[in-house]
Amino acid sequence: MSSSSKVKTGNTKTKAAPSDSALVTLDGVSKAYGEAWMSDEVLKDISIEFPAGELTVIVGPSGCGKSTLVNIMAGFETPDTGSVSVDGKPIQGPAKDRMVVFQETALIPWQTTLENVTFGPKMRGEKKGASLKKEAEDLLIKVGLGEFMNKYPIQLSGGMQRRAELARALINEPNVMIMDEPFRGLDAMSRSLMQEFFLQLFDENRKTNIFVTSEIDEAIFLADNLVILSNKPTRVQKVIKIDLPRPRNYKMLTSAKAFEYKREAMELLHDEAMKSFAVAK
Amino acid sequence: MSTSKSALSNIFGQLTFWRGVRAIVFFLIFWQIGSLLDDWTGYDLFGIGLVPPPTDVFTAFLEVIPKHGYWMSWVASFSRVLTGFLVAMLIGIPFGLMLAVNRYFRGVFFPPFEILRPIPPLAWVPASLIFWPTNEMSIAFVTFLGAFFTIVINVLGGARNIDISYLRAAQSMGASQFHLFWKIVLPGTLPSIFTGAAVGMGITWEVVLAAEMISGGGTQGGGGLGFFIWNSYMGGSLEQIVVGMISIGIAGYLSSSAIRKLGFVLMPWRRLF
Repeated sequence: MSSSSKVKTGNTKTKAAPSDSALVTLDGVSKAYGEAWMSDEVLKDISIEFPAGELTVIVGPSGCGKSTLVNIMAGFETPDTGSVSVDGKPIQGPAKDRMVVFQETALIPWQTTLENVTFGPKMRGEKKGASLKKEAEDLLIKVGLGEFMNKYPIQLSGGMQRRAELARALINEPNVMIMDEPFRGLDAMSRSLMQEFFLQLFDENRKTNIFVTSEIDEAIFLADNLVILSNKPTRVQKVIKIDLPRPRNYKMLTSAKAFEYKREAMELLHDEAMKSFAVAK
Repeated sequence: MSTSKSALSNIFGQLTFWRGVRAIVFFLIFWQIGSLLDDWTGYDLFGIGLVPPPTDVFTAFLEVIPKHGYWMSWVASFSRVLTGFLVAMLIGIPFGLMLAVNRYFRGVFFPPFEILRPIPPLAWVPASLIFWPTNEMSIAFVTFLGAFFTIVINVLGGARNIDISYLRAAQSMGASQFHLFWKIVLPGTLPSIFTGAAVGMGITWEVVLAAEMISGGGTQGGGGLGFFIWNSYMGGSLEQIVVGMISIGIAGYLSSSAIRKLGFVLMPWRRLF
């Protein structure tokens, strides 16, 4: 597949996306670090469409620049060429319409769980007082942290921290959620519980979700669309439409169809991983 | 559940407390024996034969306690330490934060700062005695220097080590520069500010004592604890020298406990470590 060709991931039979979710478009995004004579090309001409209200998972070999891609979509970094737009409008730096859930927890250590959740709206002066507190409390109860509102992040377990972070993102009513390997570092049990919980949230609000991971099973379990990246300099290798019914459950991962997706994804990723392995040697 | 937890920590607290008491008592007994052994047998145990035994020091302590001059020495040293320390905090914290957040400010002020930093505070004594109109001001200035460099370096390091994802998370939630500074950078630097304060406080005591010895101080305890020791040395009272030394130990301990307590109050999220 030519790397410069535009990759369509959209559903052909588009289900009506809710009005509060948005189409995200990456158009020819490239990024290199360092001076020209020794520059390290990380992203090379990446074009992806993330359809509104769908869950698109980006999977790629480790060290391929997934986090750079996240930083560019979030607006923390600017691409050398190309652009990122939301509903056709190019982005201008970070904004609350695109919330990021970070790899390691980014809950602010000196704020309690409740303060973390109310931080954004309070700072922007949009909501305040009792109604904001009530909204935050309801959200925290929903993510199962009702008992932990006044605890500091360090007092929460890894899984609780990720749920608190989901609540902190959701209260800002983003159109797009960008998840950068959010369940990395959790033990297998918490991880699968978090995946199920996350899908439940997604089914409820149907925001445009961009989910980055390096786990193939996780990717197939969650995705509407699976974007497979190559090694550095990173290109889009293939986009696979994951046609498994929703709501999902773990039994679907053992279906013949899921195995077929997994085989295809693994073949593509394995070749790329081998390349970086050889380079490393 | 919470009661059993606090009872447990109470017992634990008491255990560590009594362990500390036992350690001090053991130390005093060892000192007493070493000192008396020299008097009785002439055998100098680990060189502490020359040191007056704790009982003599205790008697000397009882003698100075009612004296006005001794307490004035405390007041003089403490007020010098506090003046130098507080001014160092007031200037050092904003200065360190500016170095951390503003590239141009850092470019201009960091190089001269780094050249001045390695100069020991005591090397400033002669110059400041000449430069400042009174002895008192030169002592205050040198004490200030002792704490200033340590505080600035800690604040700078702390502010620049704040996890970038906190800043990014705040930014994506719409934080302005104002919010980033007051809600993320400042609280994120607090632990380093307190580390700097604790270390700076220790240096301030070192410096003030030496400065008091050098400048000679005034009369009637106006010279501070440093001068108290020096005066005892001139008067040949070994017991009083030790009394002065222990007084400084207590003073330093009180100062650093105060800083720890304040840190405990201001950083509730750090109590949980």
